[in-house]
Amino acid sequence: MAESIIRIKQARKSFGKVQALRGVDMEVARGEVILIVGPSGSGKSTLLRSVNRLERLTSGEVWIEDDCVTSPHADIRKIREEVGMVFQSFNLFPHLSVTENIALAPTIVRGETPAVGLQRAAALLERVGLSDKAHAYPEQLSGGQQQRVAIARALAMQPKIMLFDEPTSALDPEMIKEVLDVMLDLAKEGMTMLVVSHEMGFARAAADRVVFMDEGMVVEEGKPEDLFANPKEERTKRFLEHIL
Amino acid sequence: MNDLNTAAPKVAGKPPASKKAPEDVLVHLNESSLIPGDTATISAWNISFFGAIALLVGLPLFRPTPFLEILKFVPDGLTATFTVTLCSIFLALVLGLLAGLGRIARTTIINRVATVYVEVVRGIPLLVQLFYIYYALGPLLHLNGLSSAILALSVCYGAYLGEIFRAGIQSIPKGQMEAALALGMSRTQALWRIILPQTVKVVLPPTGNEFIALLKDSSLVSILAVSDLLRRGREYASTTFNYLEAYTVVALIYLVMTLFFSRLVGLMEERLRTHGRKHN
Repeated sequence: MAESIIRIKQARKSFGKVQALRGVDMEVARGEVILIVGPSGSGKSTLLRSVNRLERLTSGEVWIEDDCVTSPHADIRKIREEVGMVFQSFNLFPHLSVTENIALAPTIVRGETPAVGLQRAAALLERVGLSDKAHAYPEQLSGGQQQRVAIARALAMQPKIMLFDEPTSALDPEMIKEVLDVMLDLAKEGMTMLVVSHEMGFARAAADRVVFMDEGMVVEEGKPEDLFANPKEERTKRFLEHIL
Repeated sequence: MNDLNTAAPKVAGKPPASKKAPEDVLVHLNESSLIPGDTATISAWNISFFGAIALLVGLPLFRPTPFLEILKFVPDGLTATFTVTLCSIFLALVLGLLAGLGRIARTTIINRVATVYVEVVRGIPLLVQLFYIYYALGPLLHLNGLSSAILALSVCYGAYLGEIFRAGIQSIPKGQMEAALALGMSRTQALWRIILPQTVKVVLPPTGNEFIALLKDSSLVSILAVSDLLRRGREYASTTFNYLEAYTVVALIYLVMTLFFSRLVGLMEERLRTHGRKHN
């Protein structure tokens, strides 16, 4: 396996008495696309959110290349610049136009000139097929369009890693495809992607690995075709029966 | 349409008298709001506002003494009333923003200071605060009546506005801050670029209402020898003994002002709402 870009060691997280993560180890190679599946409450979102420290681990370590994300001395903002994130509820900034949503972070975080920011926004909008919506506001867009803008917004920081937290769960069925298509393109271009989702079609088409989590632990992992066809663990079988 | 034609009369509880009847009923059915809008010409606001203005114009016309005299004497106090109100609301906005941000601050000491300020000030009657600043602290700090009044009102309303701002900031969905942080923004950048611009929209109407409340409460400063509207009324009454007439005029002037500003706040609210809807 190629050099790991993300290393998670013994990640544990408790919310009061609830243990969301109970010792998760995971290595992600550069360019790898990983789908994390599991029942709700299995800790998949918590794991994903601990990669850019939106969630602080109770114990354990997360490394991105040579930076220890979990260290109190980490320059977390620098690390987050390299890690794009897409949320289930899009979280576009409603008071800003689509272009401003995309161009804001590059200009105020990376210190790019507004011209560069706007140029990049235009290019990214074309890439996600929304050039005609450049001056629209988020509430004028459909869910699928909002999520594509959200992906463009994350890509504007030119991240090395993209995290997707249930990107299609809040979408109507007919809009899921347009978002998945953008994600598929991204995967083909070699982006390192960590995706929490139950989109099995996407897993078959793009995922290098599927990780099944339950009760805060990794139960089983493997190539999508293997895991879906021959799950070894009883819990994986039961879960897959529900979603396949 | 056929369905509605048969269903509508049933809801109305009587058979249609003519072919037109179902349509009349439909109009009522479409009116889904629970509280009827106050859009009629004879609305409560119109009665109060134009009634007050009619009295302010009519009384001096029909009974020039004492009403015309009062109307010439009293409005001098408007300068003081507005000076106190505008200076106080400005300072209160600054204090309120600091208090609101302090209340959501993660640094414990800042958070405690802001919370104690809000709790203490909200727990003491404004009149007591006025007395305290003017009579107890005034001599020490060399404050005159006007500056004591402005200080007391600012401190008091700063606390109330602080709570409004805190609630406004907290009403912005958590995902907004997360999205900003995930893009590499600092908390400060996220606050100023993402959270506060959205908060402004939420807090504008309640802040407008606080402004109106402050305008009314500014009448309390008349006891600190500040010649505001109420004080002028009292001065006139105490020399002529026309208490009923003097205080009637004072009350009417306050009423016209507050009704005017509350309509402004209402329009602002309306605009904010339709602005939001425009994008749908």
